[in-house]
Amino acid sequence: MIRYTYLRLAWFVPTLFVIITLSFFLMRVVPGSPLATEENLPAAIRANLMAAYHLDRPLWEQYLRYMGNILRGDFGPSFQYNDYTVTELIWLGFPASMQIGGIAILAASVIGVMLGTVAALRQNSWLDHSIMAGAMTGITIPNFVMAPLLTLLFAVVLGWLPAGGWGRGAWANKVLPIVALALPQIAYIARLTRGSMIEVLRSNHVRTARAKGMPETIVVARHAVRGAMLPVVSYLGPAIAGIVTGSVVIERIFGLPGIGRYFVEGALNRDYTLVMGVVIFYAVIIIVMNLIVDLLYAVLDPKVRLG
Amino acid sequence: MTTIFRRGLTRALMAATFATVLAGSAAAQTVLNRGNGAEPQTLDPQRATGVPESNILRDLFETLTTNAVDGKTVPGAAESWTFSGDGLTLTFRMRADGKWSNADPVTAEDFVFAFRRLVDPQTASRFAWLAKPIVNADAITKGQKPVDQLGVSAPDARTLVVRLESPTPYIVDALKHNAFAPVHRPTLQQHGQQFTRPGNLVTNGAYRLTEWVPQSHVRLEKNANFHDAAGVRIPTVMHFPTVDRAQEVTRYRAGELDWTYELPVDQIQPLAQSMKDHFSNELYFGTYYLTLQVQKAPYSDPRVRAALAMAIDRKTIVEQITRGGEIPAYSWVPPGANDGAVAYDLQVADFKDWPMQRRVAEARKLIADAGFTARNPLKVEFLFNTNDTHRRIGIGLASMWEEAFGNGVVQTELRNVEWQVYLDSTARGEFGMARAGWIGATFPDASYFLEKFKGDAGEANTSKWANPEYDRLLEAAMREPNPQKRQDMMEQAEQVMLKDMPIIPIYHYTRARLIRPTLTGWVRNPQDVAPSRYMVFK
Amino acid sequence: MTALATRSPAGTRGRSLWQDALRRLARNKMAMISLALLLVIALVCVVGPWLSPHSMTRVYWSRVSIPPDFANQHWFGTDGNGRDLFVRTLAGGRISLMVGVVATLVSLVIGVTYGAVAGYFGGRVDDAMMRIVDILYSVPFIFFVILLFVFFERNFLMIFVAIGAVVWLDMARIVRGQAISLKSREFVEAARATGVPGWRIVTRHIVPNLLGPVVVFVTLTVPQVILFESFLSFIGLGIQEPMTSWGVLINDGASSMSTAPWALVFPAAFLALTLFCFNYLGDGLRDALDPKDR
Repeated sequence: MIRYTYLRLAWFVPTLFVIITLSFFLMRVVPGSPLATEENLPAAIRANLMAAYHLDRPLWEQYLRYMGNILRGDFGPSFQYNDYTVTELIWLGFPASMQIGGIAILAASVIGVMLGTVAALRQNSWLDHSIMAGAMTGITIPNFVMAPLLTLLFAVVLGWLPAGGWGRGAWANKVLPIVALALPQIAYIARLTRGSMIEVLRSNHVRTARAKGMPETIVVARHAVRGAMLPVVSYLGPAIAGIVTGSVVIERIFGLPGIGRYFVEGALNRDYTLVMGVVIFYAVIIIVMNLIVDLLYAVLDPKVRLG
Repeated sequence: MTTIFRRGLTRALMAATFATVLAGSAAAQTVLNRGNGAEPQTLDPQRATGVPESNILRDLFETLTTNAVDGKTVPGAAESWTFSGDGLTLTFRMRADGKWSNADPVTAEDFVFAFRRLVDPQTASRFAWLAKPIVNADAITKGQKPVDQLGVSAPDARTLVVRLESPTPYIVDALKHNAFAPVHRPTLQQHGQQFTRPGNLVTNGAYRLTEWVPQSHVRLEKNANFHDAAGVRIPTVMHFPTVDRAQEVTRYRAGELDWTYELPVDQIQPLAQSMKDHFSNELYFGTYYLTLQVQKAPYSDPRVRAALAMAIDRKTIVEQITRGGEIPAYSWVPPGANDGAVAYDLQVADFKDWPMQRRVAEARKLIADAGFTARNPLKVEFLFNTNDTHRRIGIGLASMWEEAFGNGVVQTELRNVEWQVYLDSTARGEFGMARAGWIGATFPDASYFLEKFKGDAGEANTSKWANPEYDRLLEAAMREPNPQKRQDMMEQAEQVMLKDMPIIPIYHYTRARLIRPTLTGWVRNPQDVAPSRYMVFK
Repeated sequence: MTALATRSPAGTRGRSLWQDALRRLARNKMAMISLALLLVIALVCVVGPWLSPHSMTRVYWSRVSIPPDFANQHWFGTDGNGRDLFVRTLAGGRISLMVGVVATLVSLVIGVTYGAVAGYFGGRVDDAMMRIVDILYSVPFIFFVILLFVFFERNFLMIFVAIGAVVWLDMARIVRGQAISLKSREFVEAARATGVPGWRIVTRHIVPNLLGPVVVFVTLTVPQVILFESFLSFIGLGIQEPMTSWGVLINDGASSMSTAPWALVFPAAFLALTLFCFNYLGDGLRDALDPKDR
């Protein structure tokens, strides 16, 4: 397993290299310049702007320069937000995205597994049906509909929570974004857990445990949950991708200072440096998370032998 | 049934709103929360270009002349000014008590520094062209002359002399723009591009910058060193980026904002009725129009341009689509233009007062003359950037042309692209017909509009239209010392343009928003200027 | 979805197995209701627009944004442009369903081929191919979809290709896992022993035997693709006017939900019902195809 971890880490750099190269050239091929304006820009000023971002150099030179800067940890200045460097913007936005996304995924896992387990244990009862129907609803309502509905209810009608903003990271401001982001994931995880739990509960070792007269709670806690967690753990990879996509919507609707929105806004505004920075940043997170998920999987499932 | 359904829902929401608002307003409010559209791209006065940036900079910096509560031009960092007899020299007398937020005095030299910085090609300011009336500004921006050749000088700390290329009375209004705001030289030199950060930024306006969390808020606190600090009633102003328009209204209803940046199209009419006390709407000095690629067929045919222009039912567009009380436009320069002294008379296309029926009949004739029939249809392209209003107007235009010309004689293809692609396509002329808007929020002089379509205006002239008569009139107007004659020449120029229709005006903008009824000290104006320094909560 | 990759099929699958599965599926009430509802929705979307007197592009200036109005046969009301929402909702359904199905098929073709080849040939080929998948997995893919969209000016076809090209990764992983376990089965070994060439084994024996998990994957992917299309509409990359989709309609409706709720409710209800049905059908198929779950 340690060998496997090293192997995966060894692939880290080439993977990142491919992603950066791919993103860099793709971004430049797309029409639209980051410097286009409605005003008529005098040639001298355009030339200066181009020079400031090295856009006047041949593409390969820009690429080499960019790679060189990245090695030094410099993502360059943002095209859109002139007063900040991309590195600063990412570090300023990371805490908000991290907290909202991290808590959402944690809450989704815990609540999802709990709901799924309950549903599986009471299979085909009204409880099971209502949990599953609720989960289905969570999956079928797009979060850009869910989020405004939540704010309308909890902020405008009931007045319990703020409708948006970060408020220096106050808890009240985080509740609705976390809920809106976690809901679909809770639904997926609950469904997965239920399915695999039903399977595990019928497996031989659980039957044996029961036959030995072990109390049901211990059977479930010790034998069933561990086995049932496997598909949930392997779902965490896609779940993280889902959270990233979701954060684009949630951060925009709730007006949160995260980096999810830079993704779309940066890409649409051709903010080359900002988008590259965010892509690289997320790629690193996704690679690391995928590795953790795989290792976790190996720990949970003795049958899997890595390497 | 409709109204009951709508009213029931809004009423429930409203009741809830008032509950929260009342709870919040027990004590007099000391924080003003303003929705401010997009996240500011920079707080560097010379580099900032957008309206959100201008709104913040207006609270932070005081220009030579500044905005009164109603947007009129009044003395700011300068207490008075005089034009020389030939109108070519403008002398400002600085106020004696002008201070920076760090207590340094504001001097004429600070402005010379800022103006030079604006036109310096090294600064690469996108608003450098604003300084064009000043001697040598254009040449410096083009890199043909050194920066110190700019026609501004400070004979002493309280005197600033601005020399002009030609008599331009509106310069006094133009100087209110944030591009002409002073910058504190020592901080700029010490911190470089980081001089706009909270803690670094030194300002001379009513407020100073205390927090700036990108995508969250910009927090301003009263500047104790401001010369009129006693008159500044609200100690803290928050500018929030509000990208999602519908959500901005929700945040307003939840009591988190006191002033919205704008309103979603769908909600303007319902809110005007259900939140009467909060609703405010005002003409905005600008024109929504279509720009046509006149060098490309079929748009090169003036009959086609005229026919398309005539067949648009502008009243229906403003009443059914935009629904914000906009004014149907038959002119390029919006109503209310002036140079600070002499008014510009509104010019209109000749078909303005024809009944719709006659316009359609005339338009059909023109299209038939141009050779388009059901068999040989006129295919036009409507290019627009992603936005609800533009999309709906496109749908509306397509339907109007189809109805007017019938049988698929005019077929409209809607082409939706991203903002950056839109800018690129229009600048290069890679489109047929595109929606566009031009807002003269900077100063109300007609030249701001007319120069956009001069033959030598380059990429700004998206129609690629060049008319020697038009250009001649405008150039003569620029050199004309008599203000009345200058206006007359510009009016003639617009008539030339409206005859040839390189653009099709649709409507003149309005700006609707919600404003907390307890907030006073603002007067809506066509420049949409509302400095926080005059505002006060009842 | 990835959960499927961890399951190994029980025994070889002959025709009788498929008949068994179908019989089990037929007994699953929810799945059958879902299937029936899906067929009804698809039928309504295809036929429905002809039942209304209105066309999807016609603008009624005197009836802009009105709630359901039976006198004028606007059964779902009209949108902010005065166009009939009944027709637009159903026409949008055609696009959404088509995007969901076609994009899934694209991912299916790429994913099955890729996964089957990697799984069957194994060794270096497998290592290299799966490494590529791993790399692509690490790419924040919305970024690529956005760029592809912008690059091709939201060409209708590109929606399918862009989304399909992203979803195939999951498919490839699932199929590879199945192929690995299949290739050690007796019938494959027998074929190999008699000298059948590798590509033929893949097309004749491996691919057909992968159908089970693939079918389940498809029913669960279609709803995800439909949802993803609505996300694209939210960020302003929806389908070009005058065409529409549920995603575009819902995004429009969401911005006016407090003043014109009907513009949100109808398309959202169609979308939710469709996703509901696909998910239940997928669950039913999985249970039916995997006897362990019985």
